[in-house]
Amino acid sequence: MSANGLALSVRELRKHYGDVRAVDGLDLSIGTGECFGLLGPNGAGKTTTIEICEGLVAPDSGDVEILGLRWRSHERELRERLGIQLQETQLTEKLTVEETVRLFRSFYPRGRSIDDVISMVQLDEKRDARVGKLSGGQKQRLALACAVVGDPDLLFLDEPTTGLDPQSRRQLWDLITEFKARGRTILLTTHYMDEAEILCDRVAVVDHGKVIALGTPRDLIGSLGAEHVVEFTLVEGSPALDDADVAALPGVRTVRRVAGGYEVAVEALHRAVPALLALLAQRGAELANLTTHSASLEDVFVSLTGRQLRDE
Amino acid sequence: MSDVRETRLNSLRELVSVRFKEFLREPEALFWSFGFPILLAIGLGIAFRSKPADVAHVAFIPSPSAPPAPEPFKTEIPTPERAAHVDSILVGALKHDSLLAVEVLSADSANEALRTGRVAIVVSVDPAMQLHYQFDDTRPDARNARLVVDDVLQRALGRRDQVPTQDRQVREVGSRYIDFVVPGLLGMSIMGGGIWGLGFSIVDQRRKKLLKRLVATPMSRAEFLASYMISRLVMLTIEVGVLLGATILLFGVPMRGSLLTVATIIVLSALAFGGLGLLIASRAQTIEGASGMMNLAMLPMWVLSGVFFSSENFPNLVQPFIKALPLTATNDALRASMLRGVPLPGMWPEFAVLAVWTLVCFGVALRIFRWR
Repeated sequence: MSANGLALSVRELRKHYGDVRAVDGLDLSIGTGECFGLLGPNGAGKTTTIEICEGLVAPDSGDVEILGLRWRSHERELRERLGIQLQETQLTEKLTVEETVRLFRSFYPRGRSIDDVISMVQLDEKRDARVGKLSGGQKQRLALACAVVGDPDLLFLDEPTTGLDPQSRRQLWDLITEFKARGRTILLTTHYMDEAEILCDRVAVVDHGKVIALGTPRDLIGSLGAEHVVEFTLVEGSPALDDADVAALPGVRTVRRVAGGYEVAVEALHRAVPALLALLAQRGAELANLTTHSASLEDVFVSLTGRQLRDE
Repeated sequence: MSDVRETRLNSLRELVSVRFKEFLREPEALFWSFGFPILLAIGLGIAFRSKPADVAHVAFIPSPSAPPAPEPFKTEIPTPERAAHVDSILVGALKHDSLLAVEVLSADSANEALRTGRVAIVVSVDPAMQLHYQFDDTRPDARNARLVVDDVLQRALGRRDQVPTQDRQVREVGSRYIDFVVPGLLGMSIMGGGIWGLGFSIVDQRRKKLLKRLVATPMSRAEFLASYMISRLVMLTIEVGVLLGATILLFGVPMRGSLLTVATIIVLSALAFGGLGLLIASRAQTIEGASGMMNLAMLPMWVLSGVFFSSENFPNLVQPFIKALPLTATNDALRASMLRGVPLPGMWPEFAVLAVWTLVCFGVALRIFRWR
C-alpha cells in the first residue's frame, strides 16, 4: 500500500478530446478498503476518468498514483494488481464460461482458482455454456469474474449494471458487496443513484469533468437540509401559487418549478404537508396530484446542477 | 523469475488454444479453409482435364444451287442432286476427322452459332466451287480449326502430301493445366488464410472492445500476436496437407522438389501474409472497413500473381512490379519446386521478396497497431 494509506490518488486531472473537455481538473482520494463511486450523468467524464486510472487512456496533465505506484514506472506490477471491468466489452461468444475465466486467469502469476471465481459469480451451472448463450446479467457476472480472477487489490467497475433488469442488478450488487467484504478497494462509476447509495462508502458527484460534490451518500443527502421531497401539480385553471408563499411554509427548505409542477424540499413532512394543503385551500387551488419521496442522491444532483441525473 | 516464465508459457498456451477453438467452432471457416480449395481444384481439374486434344466445332452451310463440279467430281448427276453430292463428300470428310465436330446448319443459324462461340468456323461452298471460311482470327482455336478444316477439305478434293509424315505423341505429367493451377491455389489459400485469418479476428476483437479488455490485464501483447502466428502455421499445415494430398491423389500432381523445400516456402509465405493481414488489421475499427482493405490488397494479386494463368501474360513494363508481389514470389517458388524440382538455394530472389514483405509489414503494423 502507499505511504499515505491511499489506494488511489488523482490530482488536477485533465483530458480533452478536440474541443470537449472530458475531464477538467479533477481530484480524487480513495482510501484502502473503500468502495468509492463516481456518480454523474452520461458524458460527465466518468469513463474517461476511470480509464485514465486504469492506464488505458493517457491524461493531458495531472497526476495519478495507484497503490503508491505510477503507470509510467510500474505498468506490469499495476496490471497484475488491478481488476478491471470495462463498460462495453463483448467476450468471445464461442468460448465457454470456464474457458473464458481460464484464459484470463492465465495472464496473472497469482490469483484465485477458476472454480472459486465461477462459483462466486454463481455461474456453476453455466460453466460449460458458450458465452454467446448467456443472458445480459450472466455476461456481466462473467465480466466481473474475469476482473477478480487475478485477486486484485483495487477493482475498477465502469457502469457495472447498466442495461440490466432489476433482479440481475441486485445479484451484481450482492457480488460487489461480497468483494468489498474481503477488504479490497473498489472504484465504480454509475448513473444510478440507488446503486451508489447501496454500494458506496463515499461518492463524488461529477459533472462537466469536475467533482461538484463529495462525501458519503448520507452526508450528501443531508446537505440538502431536507429529508423529503414533495412534488405536486395543480389541475388546469387553478390559480398558480407564489414560490415565496410556498417557501415560507413551516418545514420547507427550497421550492423549484419543474415541468408544470412544484418540487419542494422539506425537512419535516408532517408539518409541511398540512400547511401546504391549507395554503391551497385558501387560494382556491385544486391538486392534480401530490407525491412524496425520501431525498436521494438524485435530488442532490438536481439541486447542484438544476438538471436531472438521467436527462437524455 | 521462473514464476513469470511459467505464467507466460501458460498464457501463450491458453491464447493459442483459444485461437483454435474460435476457428473450429465456426463451421463456415472450416469450409472456406479446407473444403473450398479442394472443390476448386476438383472443378478446375475436371474443366481442364487432359483431353486427347480439343475438338473444333465446325458449321457447314449446304450449297443453295449446283456448283459446276471440278475435276474429280465430273459426273453425270444432274443439278441439284450434284450439289447435294458435293456437300455430302465435304461433310463426310469433315465428319471423318476426329479433331472436328461438324454440323450442317442454315446460313442464319450458322452465323448465330459463330457469334456465340458455339462453333469455331463456318464453312460454305460458292457456285464457283470456292471454299469460304468464316472465323474470328483472334481466337487461337478458330485459327487452328481453319488449318485443320482446310487440310481435310483439300485432301478430300484430291491434294496429296509431298512427303510422308509420322506423329509421336508425348503427354507429360507436370505440363498439364492442373499441374500449373495447384501451386497457384496453394499460394492463394496461404494468402487468404493469412489475411482473412488474422484480419477478421483482430478487427472483430477490437470492435467488441475485447482487445482493450485484454491489454487491461498483464497479458503480453507479443504473446497475443504470437498466438495468431502459431495457430496460423498449424492450421496452414493442415490446409496445405489436405489440398496437396487431395490433388496428388486425384490428379497425380507432381512433387518433384523435397518436402523440406515446399515447407520452407509455405512457412515464409505464411509469415509474409500474416504480416500483411496484421498490417491491414492494425487500425481498422469495423469489419466493413477491414474487408474493403483486404480485398484491395488481395484482388491485384489474384489477377497478377499467376494463380489461374501465368503472370508472364502481362506486359514487360509491369513485370518488375508483379515480381515484387508476395503472392507472385510464393507461386513462382512453389511451381519451381513442385514442377521443376528446383532446390532451396535456387529460390533466393523469391525468398528475399517474402522476407522484405514480412519485415516491413510487421515493423509498420506493430508501430501503428491500435489496441483500443
